[in-house]
Amino acid sequence: MISSSIRGNSGANIKASRIFIYLILIIFAIYYLLPLYVMLVNSLKPLEEIRGGGMLNLPIVWSLDSWRSAWSSAQIGVDPSGLRPYFWNSISMVVPAVLLSTILGSLNGYVLTKWQFKGHGIVFGLLLLSCFIPFQIVLIPMAKLLGVFGLAGTTAGLVLVHLVYGVGFTTLFFRNYYSAFPTEIVKAAQIDGAGFFRIFWRILLPSSGPIIVVTVIWQFTNIWNDFLFGASFADFDSIPMTVALNNLVNSSTGVKEYNVHFAGAILAALPTLVVYIVSGRYFVRGLMAGAVKG
Amino acid sequence: MKNYLQLWLPRIVLAPSFFLILVFVYGFIIYTGYLSLTDSRMLPTYEFMGWSNYPKLFGLRHWKIAVNNLAIFGILYILICTIIGLLLAILLDQKIRAEGFLRPIFLYPMALSFIVTGTAWKWFLDPGIGLESIMHQWGWESFHFDWIKNRTFAIYTVVMAAVWQSSGFVMAMFLAGLRGIDGEIMKAAQIDGASGFRIYRRIIIPMLRPAFLSAFVILAHLAIKAYDLVIALTNGGPGRATELPATFMYSYTFERNQMGLGATSAIIMLIMIFSIIIPYLYSELRSEKES
Repeated sequence: MISSSIRGNSGANIKASRIFIYLILIIFAIYYLLPLYVMLVNSLKPLEEIRGGGMLNLPIVWSLDSWRSAWSSAQIGVDPSGLRPYFWNSISMVVPAVLLSTILGSLNGYVLTKWQFKGHGIVFGLLLLSCFIPFQIVLIPMAKLLGVFGLAGTTAGLVLVHLVYGVGFTTLFFRNYYSAFPTEIVKAAQIDGAGFFRIFWRILLPSSGPIIVVTVIWQFTNIWNDFLFGASFADFDSIPMTVALNNLVNSSTGVKEYNVHFAGAILAALPTLVVYIVSGRYFVRGLMAGAVKG
Repeated sequence: MKNYLQLWLPRIVLAPSFFLILVFVYGFIIYTGYLSLTDSRMLPTYEFMGWSNYPKLFGLRHWKIAVNNLAIFGILYILICTIIGLLLAILLDQKIRAEGFLRPIFLYPMALSFIVTGTAWKWFLDPGIGLESIMHQWGWESFHFDWIKNRTFAIYTVVMAAVWQSSGFVMAMFLAGLRGIDGEIMKAAQIDGASGFRIYRRIIIPMLRPAFLSAFVILAHLAIKAYDLVIALTNGGPGRATELPATFMYSYTFERNQMGLGATSAIIMLIMIFSIIIPYLYSELRSEKES
């Protein structure tokens, strides 16, 4: 009785609650967009305008100077080089690291699901656990080892580091994906005389499109956004974008050029943002796959 | 001969990765563990000293501040992300017309690096040009907000920026959980006359248990690893007010020439994370095996 009487006058109530729901969602949307908005509008203002307050106002004088400065002339460390060289450092680190870790991950996932051997569970467990270690635990020995092999401060050294600490994730992704792939097909191909690589190449790989996209996006985002390894192991010609941005923003000398900082921050965020906008659906799936198993 | 090769090929393919992980993860853990038992300063030394770094670490005021900050940061970060994430997921699940438009907005911060997030929030919270000055300009002259420069409150600004970055991701996890629940359950409860709020509190939210657990594990492990955001936002300051174990480890190892203590703090961080992650992975893998 009570419930039906509530439902009786619920027309207006439902409308009010719908408005309330939309209101909360819009407030949160503003909250999430605000920092991006602040970065964007202030990167287009001359410095005096920012200093005068009014961070949320649109620029009075629109200017791309701070973008030019952030890209090619801002003081970073000792060089007035802008972020450009560091952008290319990041690219030449990210591309091989993503490719290698994805290739290894797909082969590992294939072995761990279709060619299981005694002890495969332990191997997978160790790989899985390696995804979650705090990287502080490897900083000291890694610095020493990179030094011993002459890789300290090089892009190749950083590629190795990101490969090692990414392969656990890529293996996890491919393993979960391939474990849903019918083993009977693999068995049948084996009986027909197809070998290890042939089965992988002709049967597994052609249907791996979605998981390759997810893995590449995940690896690309993580490696591009890494700061700790870049700050610990990089040198002049291998410093990645995140470390350069931090140097730009936190250099203590001279006036604080907020507009240049914001422009630099957007430049550093741009590649991952573009990936996110272009393939958001896969990006989310990647996050979930990394978070929860399969 | 060929069969023999086929038998070993899978193992040979897996071997390089396994070898890398064995050396670069588990070997390195053992190495760092050993260093924590030595008196290493600027460079590693291998003379065994025993456990004395551990009581020494726990006696350091600097470490106590870092652990205390981690407790404040970790608890608030996990709690607020979970509340916001759950709220947004439930609201988005009410057949919202603009869902396809709103969801990417809630989620995009996750694509940014913590350095970018830190830079944006650093200047937005700066009393000189950010929020405080905006409020003054809008006529609220008495508005005062200088947490980022305040020793007592600076750690809460780290929470703000971190929640901004991660809460959308938690929403996505809960949303996936909600979409996995059978719509019939909802209908049945409605027919029984239960109100929307009651259905969520008594039926839906308890069914999201796995999502809660995953969110907790992911957020806790991100909190313990938190490093970049603090560096970009406050650089550990003002003073040591926002120091966390990760920044402590870095500065003691590479800047203060106390590598033994740095290694010890890294081991403590590892123990913290493993005590959360190992039981979780164990139960996940076991339930996978059973199903």
